[in-house]
Amino acid sequence: MSQNLPAIVVILPLVTAFFVFFSAWWVKRAGYVLVIVALAGCGALSVWILTAVITDGPIHYWLGGWEPPWGIEYRIDHLNAMMLVLISLLSLITAAHSKESVERELPDKTALFWSLYLLFVTGLLGICITADLFNLFVLLEVSALSGYALIAMGEDRSLYASVRYILLGTIGASFYLLGVGCLYIATGSLNMADLGQLLPDLYQSKTILIGFSFIMTGLGIKIALFPLHGWLPDAYAYAPSAVSAVIAPLMTKVMAYALIRVMFTVFQPDFSISVTHVTDVMVWFGTVAILFGAVMALSQSDFKRMLSYVIIAEIGFIVGGIGVANTIAFKGAVFHILNDAIMVACLFLVAAQIMYRTGGHRIDDFKGMFSTMPTTAVIFSVGALAVIGVPPTCGFFSKWYLLLGGIQAHQWGFVAALLLCTLINVALFFRVFDKALYVHGQDTGGAHAGIPGNPHPSGVPLSMLIPAGVLAAAIILVGIFNQVIVDEVIRYTVPSGF
Amino acid sequence: MSDLVPILISKVNYWVYIALMMIGLWAVIAKNNLVKKIIGMNILQTAVILFFISIGAKYNATIPIIMHGHDAGHHAVNAIDYINPLPHVLMLTAIVVAVATLGVALALVIKVHQKYQTLEEDEILAKMDEQ
Repeated sequence: MSQNLPAIVVILPLVTAFFVFFSAWWVKRAGYVLVIVALAGCGALSVWILTAVITDGPIHYWLGGWEPPWGIEYRIDHLNAMMLVLISLLSLITAAHSKESVERELPDKTALFWSLYLLFVTGLLGICITADLFNLFVLLEVSALSGYALIAMGEDRSLYASVRYILLGTIGASFYLLGVGCLYIATGSLNMADLGQLLPDLYQSKTILIGFSFIMTGLGIKIALFPLHGWLPDAYAYAPSAVSAVIAPLMTKVMAYALIRVMFTVFQPDFSISVTHVTDVMVWFGTVAILFGAVMALSQSDFKRMLSYVIIAEIGFIVGGIGVANTIAFKGAVFHILNDAIMVACLFLVAAQIMYRTGGHRIDDFKGMFSTMPTTAVIFSVGALAVIGVPPTCGFFSKWYLLLGGIQAHQWGFVAALLLCTLINVALFFRVFDKALYVHGQDTGGAHAGIPGNPHPSGVPLSMLIPAGVLAAAIILVGIFNQVIVDEVIRYTVPSGF
Repeated sequence: MSDLVPILISKVNYWVYIALMMIGLWAVIAKNNLVKKIIGMNILQTAVILFFISIGAKYNATIPIIMHGHDAGHHAVNAIDYINPLPHVLMLTAIVVAVATLGVALALVIKVHQKYQTLEEDEILAKMDEQ
């Protein structure tokens, strides 16, 4: 039994998704309980796997007993294990938070919603656990397809945003598949570790170079790296609150994980760094993404749209940090995947609470938040300080690593962009603080376009405040225990060629 | 010129997939109608599927069932006698993915049409700005 646990992490939400859908025919509320149970089970298994990896090293699991490179292998090292814990716990917290907001925003579709939610989580967990390039493509599409449907459930404009996301996302996935095909022609293998051994002899081959370019471009679309980010702001801003709170922090981060896998497990670091010089290009793309995201965020009047551009800037941090390609910056990039997911999730939960209370999510709706909904305001402050990067929140430490790495590698453009983005973030969030502290803003008339948004006078229920509070506490705890996390987990994710 | 013809002929499968892929990309980028865009997206996926299927083929090889091979059963299995089935199996999955994507996309387009009474992108954008 216990040796099959890696497979159960993926199968549990997948199977539960079907039961959630059918259980709604008999008992309307049973589906939600199943979701929580399944995600809690996933969370417990992921934590167990992480501790097993920390004590005993990487876990190999052969699906159906077929040896790699013929069969599909699940290979879990420190990086995967961290991602599994992040995905399962974050989706559990968001699910716990979203019961009320889903019932308010999507009253007829709760069972469908939760079933798609679990499929989305299944896809993300699968991407992170698999060691097979084609399997990764299939699970990428599982999460992307359920993501398209979830986003389309949102406000008026979400339909068109979702169509655009489908078109771009499918092009990205097709490019990725084409790249995998090129690698398969040259090597005859799809297993990541096997490819890692076969490819170094073929680094001068044009087929391999083309395959690598297609994979990087495809993942670049999925990760929403600056010139390929067009689908992201609309899709995340107009999706239902519960959907933004799970897709926005996780989807792009998981793709960043896939990028790291392709660059440093399938290909060896010296290919990415000295054969193709792709890391130099990534630093520049990252730098431009940071500046573009920060400036665009400043010009938004909608809180969720503003957060979407903050995500584009944060993606710039991660991609740039990978591109700097030294140990400290790489630690910073991996740590930032973790931190950014937590703090963006926290802020999107705040947006969901504002939506619940006032019926809108414009920055104007934050008016008087400190007096009308003080707990939400405190949670928002913690999230905002983390994005700005104030110690002891976690955002400070990953930025610090990225900054030190950039200085060590003499990437001054990247360092300048990091510092400038921090300054812009200060302006960004103090604009919201300014509204939130405005005492006379008692009118919460929120008849905005979109979902029926009559304001909820009784305030935000505890079932929403507690999960968001847990995330706010996690931001501070991850910050305080950053040394432990870096030493026990992130240190081992740094590829050996640095 | 005389060098080009053998390249064109011997790599014909690659030329076909490149042409299909460019047609698909062009439709996604240039067409104004959402259904045409989605058909372009589907052509692009099909191009990748054709690419994968064509790389499994070999000269003088048969379908990968041992009974059909040259002198089958009399000696050890000779991989060169059989085409490579793996890309084909992979593409079965990819076809399912492509069909599912097409289904989701068309379902969304139906909802878009119900909401805006049109499928032309510029008209949808104009109607969204009015609201």
